[in-house]
Amino acid sequence: MKVLVPVKRVIDYNVKVKVKADGSGVDLANVKMSMNPFDEIAVEEAIRLKESGVATEVVVVSIGEKKSTDTLRSAMAMGADRAILITTDQGVDIEPLAVAKLLKAVIDEEAPELVIAGKQAIDNDMNATGQMLAALLGWGQATFASELKVEDGAAVVTREVDGGLQTISVKLPAIVTADLRLNEPRYASLPNIMKAKKKPLEEKSADDFGVDITARHTIVTTEEPGTRQAGIMVGSVDELIAKLKEGGLV
Amino acid sequence: MAVLCLADVSDGALALDATSKAITASTKLGDVTVLVCGPQAAADAAAKIAGVNKVLCADDAAYAHGLAENIAALIVGLADDFTHITAPSTTTAKNVLPRVAALLDVMVLPDVIEVIDADTFKRPIYAGNAVQTVKTTDAVKVITFRTSTFDLAADGGSAAVEATSGAGDAGLSSYVSDEVATSDRPELTSAGVVVSGGRGVGSEEDFALIEKLADKLGGAVGASRAAVDSGYAANDMQVGQTGKVVAPDLYVAIGISGAIQHLAGMKDSKVIVAINKDEEAPIFQVADFGLKADLFQAVPELIEKL
Ligand SMILES: Cc1cc2nc3c(=O)[nH]c(=O)nc-3n(C[C@H](O)[C@H](O)[C@H](O)COP(=O)(O)OP(=O)(O)OC[C@H]3O[C@@H](n4cnc5c(N)ncnc54)[C@H](O)[C@@H]3O)c2cc1C
Repeated sequence: MKVLVPVKRVIDYNVKVKVKADGSGVDLANVKMSMNPFDEIAVEEAIRLKESGVATEVVVVSIGEKKSTDTLRSAMAMGADRAILITTDQGVDIEPLAVAKLLKAVIDEEAPELVIAGKQAIDNDMNATGQMLAALLGWGQATFASELKVEDGAAVVTREVDGGLQTISVKLPAIVTADLRLNEPRYASLPNIMKAKKKPLEEKSADDFGVDITARHTIVTTEEPGTRQAGIMVGSVDELIAKLKEGGLV
Repeated sequence: MAVLCLADVSDGALALDATSKAITASTKLGDVTVLVCGPQAAADAAAKIAGVNKVLCADDAAYAHGLAENIAALIVGLADDFTHITAPSTTTAKNVLPRVAALLDVMVLPDVIEVIDADTFKRPIYAGNAVQTVKTTDAVKVITFRTSTFDLAADGGSAAVEATSGAGDAGLSSYVSDEVATSDRPELTSAGVVVSGGRGVGSEEDFALIEKLADKLGGAVGASRAAVDSGYAANDMQVGQTGKVVAPDLYVAIGISGAIQHLAGMKDSKVIVAINKDEEAPIFQVADFGLKADLFQAVPELIEKL
């Protein structure tokens, strides 16, 4: 079984984002970039499926500027077999609908039986690409996965939902999106980082696919959220209770 | 303008708080029809919410467990009559609505916190560290509303309830089981008080301290990701960028450092209290009242004295 994992290069999760003063967006110049943490979890899950003999090949795909090559090499250093990069214009965040259309075009050629994606990218916080891709392919979807088993032509997935956990079974081929507790991604070892440099990376351009990726959203402005002022430090539990009583909170 | 709002239904009952807040937001856009995928009683409950024009009730086993393939197809079948398709930002809607959008060849607007006009909306990005105003060019707008930023709608509505049906089971996915924690405490996303514990609590046994304080305050229990990952608390208690977003009158963070991903889920709370033994912990930068203390001393004392 071939497993395909889309990965996105995003601002590192430890970086405190700065909004540009002119409202045109956030400042990404000289900021540390990394693989979207949820995508790392998706890559790890695919590799584990290969290690347990369920999957035969793990293909990673990224859509973004040329530097996304680094993200794909990281995924291959973790253990993915090969990579496809679809380059787009620099500094443009491609919307989930357009990403899903490009991924569909790749999937039509690659014919994987399972796609594991991250549930959400931590930059635009859309939480949409996996669901949109499933729609375009006419496949079943199991989002927010915290456990995945592949058996009898189906993915049996435990999902993190508002009320707790829900388990569903989805016919393959299917899309699964990874939540935080699906696994703990490995660190790539130095020899594997070296090996990853020689693994195949195919480069294409969005134009090669004849897919319309024009943005549907116009960003009018990007602002700082309302900030909170730090309050006061209290010296004791008694003082805390007094303050809460003053505020009518207890 | 005509809005189709997907009600949140859990275990056959209407999730009133989330649905009502999404209706408040939806009424800013036009006449609201509510779609209830569940039994008649759930539809009747939705019909009582003020501002609702009509309720469509799809009472079919295929729609009972929030399976995205089936519900998305049902919504797409109804979509012709509407300019906006909305829902509260629950896990069910986050699962279903992007699928609906792609089937309609439009983008989705997740987690909207403010309606500017019929096609312009505000939504948080980067874990709430920036807020974007987006204008969409799509003919149909597919939106989920972040419920913590909208008020409850009044009750006293008397909308007509009509049965509706779609193709039923698409045969792509099937429900296996639920593992739902039941508790007598208020629901996390609508509680007036939330007491959350983090890694500092140290163990599942000691997490009982957090629960005790929550009970004393009549509040809900929340947790940081670290507390959930470590098995101290259940996944549905996670507050944050990728968990639940809460805005209670009082939020008490205990043994939580205040990572941006956690702040994303609670920084709109009216009053924030933080108890942490590290005075440098970033949580103190957003706390109205900070107490530098060992939680194992401060929390029992608090429980006793309240
Ligand atoms: C993609 C992604 C998504 C994420 N989503 C979320 C999310 O939705 N929600 C979330 O919470 N996190 C999320 N995180 C994780 C986040 O980055 C932090 O790792 C997490 O919030 C830390 O949890 P914590 O504050 O409990 O633990 P820590 O950061 O380890 O803090 C523990 C705190 O407890 C204090 N402490 C220890 N012992 C005591 C004591 N005896 N008395 C008093 N204080 C004590 C310490 O001083 C410390 O400040 C996410 C991370 C990633 C990468």
